[in-house]
Amino acid sequence: MASRFRIRVNGRAHTVRAEPDTPLLYVLTNDLELKGPRFGCGLAQCGSCSVLIDGVERRSCVTPIATVENAEITTLEGLTRWFAAKRGLSAVPDLHPVQQAMLDEQAPQCGYCYNGMIIKAAELLEQNGDPSDAEIRAAMNGHLCRCGTYPRIVNAIKRAAQTMRASPEDRE
Amino acid sequence: MSASGDAFGSIGRRAFLKAGGALVVGFAIGVPSAGRAQSTARGATAGPPNPELIDTWLAIHADNTATLYIGYVELGQGTTTALPQIAAEELDLALEQISTAQHDTNVTPNQGGTYSSASIARGGPQVRRAAAEARRVLLELASERLGVPVERLRVENGVVTAEGTNRSVTYGELVGGRLFEVPFTGEARPKSPDQYKLVGKPAPRKDLPAKVAGTYTYIQHLRLPGMLHGRVVRPRGQRAYGAGARVVGVDESSIAHIEGARVLRKGDFLGVVAPNEWAAVRAARELKVSWDDRPSLPPFDRLYETMRADETDDTVVLERGSVAEAFASAAHRVTFSSRCPYQAHATFAPNCALADVKADSALVIAPTQDAYGTRRTLAALLGLPEDKVRVQYCESSGTYGHSCYDDVAQAAALMSQLAGAPVRVQLMRWDEHGWDPYGPAHVGEVQVAADTNGKLVAYEYHGWHHNWSLIETSQQLAEGTEPAEWPFLVSQQVSPQNCGAMYAIENLKLVNHRLRTAKYLRCGWLRSPLDLSLSFTSEQAIDELAYRLGEDPCEFRRRNIADERWLGVLDAAARAASWTPRPARADRNDGPVVRGRGIGLGTHLASWGGAVAEIAVNKQTGHVAIEHLYGAIDAGLVVNPAIVEAQIMGQLVQTASRMLFEEVTFDERGVTSLDWNGYRVIRFEECPEITPVIVQRLDQPYSGAGEEVMAAAAAAIANAFFDATGVRMTEYPFTPRRVLAALSSA
Ligand code: FES
Ligand code: FES
Repeated sequence: MASRFRIRVNGRAHTVRAEPDTPLLYVLTNDLELKGPRFGCGLAQCGSCSVLIDGVERRSCVTPIATVENAEITTLEGLTRWFAAKRGLSAVPDLHPVQQAMLDEQAPQCGYCYNGMIIKAAELLEQNGDPSDAEIRAAMNGHLCRCGTYPRIVNAIKRAAQTMRASPEDRE
Repeated sequence: MSASGDAFGSIGRRAFLKAGGALVVGFAIGVPSAGRAQSTARGATAGPPNPELIDTWLAIHADNTATLYIGYVELGQGTTTALPQIAAEELDLALEQISTAQHDTNVTPNQGGTYSSASIARGGPQVRRAAAEARRVLLELASERLGVPVERLRVENGVVTAEGTNRSVTYGELVGGRLFEVPFTGEARPKSPDQYKLVGKPAPRKDLPAKVAGTYTYIQHLRLPGMLHGRVVRPRGQRAYGAGARVVGVDESSIAHIEGARVLRKGDFLGVVAPNEWAAVRAARELKVSWDDRPSLPPFDRLYETMRADETDDTVVLERGSVAEAFASAAHRVTFSSRCPYQAHATFAPNCALADVKADSALVIAPTQDAYGTRRTLAALLGLPEDKVRVQYCESSGTYGHSCYDDVAQAAALMSQLAGAPVRVQLMRWDEHGWDPYGPAHVGEVQVAADTNGKLVAYEYHGWHHNWSLIETSQQLAEGTEPAEWPFLVSQQVSPQNCGAMYAIENLKLVNHRLRTAKYLRCGWLRSPLDLSLSFTSEQAIDELAYRLGEDPCEFRRRNIADERWLGVLDAAARAASWTPRPARADRNDGPVVRGRGIGLGTHLASWGGAVAEIAVNKQTGHVAIEHLYGAIDAGLVVNPAIVEAQIMGQLVQTASRMLFEEVTFDERGVTSLDWNGYRVIRFEECPEITPVIVQRLDQPYSGAGEEVMAAAAAAIANAFFDATGVRMTEYPFTPRRVLAALSSA
């Protein structure tokens, strides 16, 4: 039976009606009309649907709505806000440094996998401000890119790490 | 100006959702905000518009921006940047001033499909011609307005200035918002390459800002008012093409507990719809269907033997000189045979389409590579005249050829017709992996010979495979259509371009052995069709000959090279890799992990590709790591080198994936590689370092650059394996099991 669930997404509360086993992904795309998390496999295999749940990258395609009622959910749409809060920035930037670096590297091809790539890279750089190539590859290994843009993603993550370390606004 | 980065211009998704009436919304898609009135008129009737009219290709808006109407689609390969670059060059517009309209059979011209790397090779000259014609008219108008002869006009960023004066007029002021209503005269002369300011230079992709911001609209994001969510219901994993999938029984009560879920059926075509997407997913999963489960495929472990022994239609594709005599008298001969797997498109996002089918008309939105081709088959399937069917393109994830996009368009159309409501069909991961029109398996046998001076004198290639399937799954199941094959032969047979064309060989014979498709898997064109298999076979034989002659494989190829274009890519790849001459196996190292390097040549239909691979093989585990790939492409004049470098990167990474991991598996009842665990593709930790090299030829016509270095790279990887181990791999992918078997039997 469909029930009502209260969820917090990108800092806002929403009430949705859904079957308890509905994967969070379907609620985000259909009820909340978000474009960041997107369907890729529905099997937790590709990373297309990634979101941050309490700051940790999770696959929304296999996360039942009933399990995230008290969580803070951040999608690509809310990433800059999340980043600004983490870093204590006075203003929310237009793009997360990872997004800017992906653009500077002209990394995407079809770009469909980039929701997951950006979310995962943003999570990584909060934990490790100066990751080596090997650490980047290991962290990102669960995210697939069928267009084969891995080399530019690695470069972009290194570039973003550098920007984030250099940023004067970074008060951590 | 509408950002081409957002496929739906100024119409946000919310507006799209809220607008009343699907067809109205549909008609507004792709309309550039600055030119709406005019472009609405554009969409009012079925295309294709007359290609000899300037208005078909270009609209100049009052704000001095322009919209380019192209019949090619953005697949992540940069078409919506590179074609505007060509138009902007001819018109002396800044690249930011020109955007593209979304491909739509009521709006954009028919350029014949975005495949075979055609967008720049075929589309480039068409766009250049149209833009040059438009410039001619614009300058005539400016000449009248400014009272100065055309020769004394200068244009910059769409502002026409009379030389030596401060009088000027913009394109927008001259025609903004109105039609040209002028046919091509054939008198307009495009710029010569030495005048180029934009073409030949890197420019950032127009679609990327929205793609990294997460605001880009993929087809998976679209919703139609009042629509239902649909899922196809099929056995997990296709059977033989000829077997289809026969429904024995459906128990509709098995989904009675799912709110709003309905079964739709036409023949053996089965689907479910529901207002809620998760309900549709559950209904597809829980619907009890019994399928005719008889074995229909050859045994997986005897696939190649079955193919080799099967009945074939044989064609001599090319023959010159006398191969038999040349082989008989040659000093050195090598024969080599290969077995190459079915491989899948495995699009990152499963295909998706939306359809609103009414009694007398239909709108279908699909990620098709060829909207006019899709319209033709949809019209037949729906029983509607072609001009009553409108097909609009919207981007999905990269497709790399003919994935399930036509199939899903048909599925959405059929379900909308059956449900009497708009339907969105999203394939599930197992549908896409399991019902893909795969790249065909191949068995190759090649013989090459050289004389005592190491000159190639004879070459003979025999290839066994089957053609592409013409009938989409949805149509086949719904109508019981007999399996049929694509009539178009190029790319479906032993290709001269990859079998000998790169070398000067007097005696050569290529024979195509075509298998009948019905008892094999459904197939279609997969990026660089057949080429990887052909070069894997052919270039290993060439390499082996160099080895037997004690020669450096690069030097051996140089001496036998056919022409300077092939030499150019060979040298460019070798130089990038700092290739130093030595025969294969001369640097033997004998630890558990051995390293090797290899070189190869190949292409698709046009252009020239050369590659070098550096790999490491763990002889104890059978694990192969491709450490570095260097790939060089000569595609004539390269419009945007940054985009082509990205394309080379994608091709090399995908080739590494296809050589190491990718293989469709099946048992006699159906395909078993149904997701990313069953069908492995390359991941971050396995990705080689990549060095792309462009051989820029400003004075040569554009040719393709989207798939032309994969064949060379496949060969280079195989040859590197031999250099490392002294063993020739006759089958790919190089899985640990296969590698260990090859090493132990050597
Ligand atoms: S869609 Fe969730 S991991 Fe693939
Ligand atoms: S850019 Fe296309 S799947 Fe990653």
